[in-house]
Amino acid sequence: MKATVLVRPKAGILDPQGQAVEGSLRQLGFAVGEARVGRVVDLELEATDAASARAEVERMCEQLLANPLIESFEIELDDE
Amino acid sequence: MSERRPQVAVIVFPGSNDDRDAAWALHALGADPVFVWHAEQELPDVAGVILPGGFSYGDYLRCGAIARFAPAMEAVGRFAAAGGPVLGICNGFQILCEAGLLPGVLRPNRSLEFICRDARVRVERADTKLTSRCTVGQTLTIPVKHGEGAWFADDDLYAELVALDQIVLRYEDNPNGSMHDVAGVCNREGNVLGLMPHPEHAVDPLLGPADGTFVIASLVDAARERERALV
Repeated sequence: MKATVLVRPKAGILDPQGQAVEGSLRQLGFAVGEARVGRVVDLELEATDAASARAEVERMCEQLLANPLIESFEIELDDE
Repeated sequence: MSERRPQVAVIVFPGSNDDRDAAWALHALGADPVFVWHAEQELPDVAGVILPGGFSYGDYLRCGAIARFAPAMEAVGRFAAAGGPVLGICNGFQILCEAGLLPGVLRPNRSLEFICRDARVRVERADTKLTSRCTVGQTLTIPVKHGEGAWFADDDLYAELVALDQIVLRYEDNPNGSMHDVAGVCNREGNVLGLMPHPEHAVDPLLGPADGTFVIASLVDAARERERALV
């Protein structure tokens, strides 16, 4: 099974990288309100059922992939 | 008779690059440095620990996020829990935060630029094991060099740290956008300190400011005291 983890800076957390991207996009003429920059982690899992896969990826996020103080995460499972 | 030189470990991660300066400063200020590779399960018989600066594991994912799982970090955690003095400098501070041995997290500098210059920090506490040579209100000039040095804690955590008096150093000229000018924090017990400035680069007046001596010498004192207590 495959999983994708989206890690984002939490709402309200200053994101200087996002601000730099936002400024550059505006300079290119795009009408952008706000840009926030996060991280994508694609995983291949050995788990075969969605529930245990999700539980395992949640543990990965809590232990390593995201820092709960500043980042939120979202898990997408692809069990095709 | 000269005083005994306590042994202080300098943990070396893949990507550490201030380990030699840390060892040099320790030696200059009366300790015997012992390099400890990150894969070691146990610390040798040391009375203090430095987690040096650098870019452990290339700062991948988040700085310090991977180094915290090194076997040596478990040993450092045990050493800290037993009251041993631990000093985390720059990347070492980031690792201690990721490991949960210190509160907060270090984020990219507000300017997104790597900053390398002398910084002035004010001492808020002189009763921790790593600042015993300082005086409260003293200003130390110590260089910073980092891209991710903006310390952050949410409002609740920050209020708790202020209540428990865990903010040890604050910038007088905040270089990186850190919250409330925080440059260094300690654990509740005051035996683990992390700071972004590099005291190990500032111990010889020939090479610029020497105020780092106050911090490194405090660690050496604490290590000497610990050795004496354990004998």
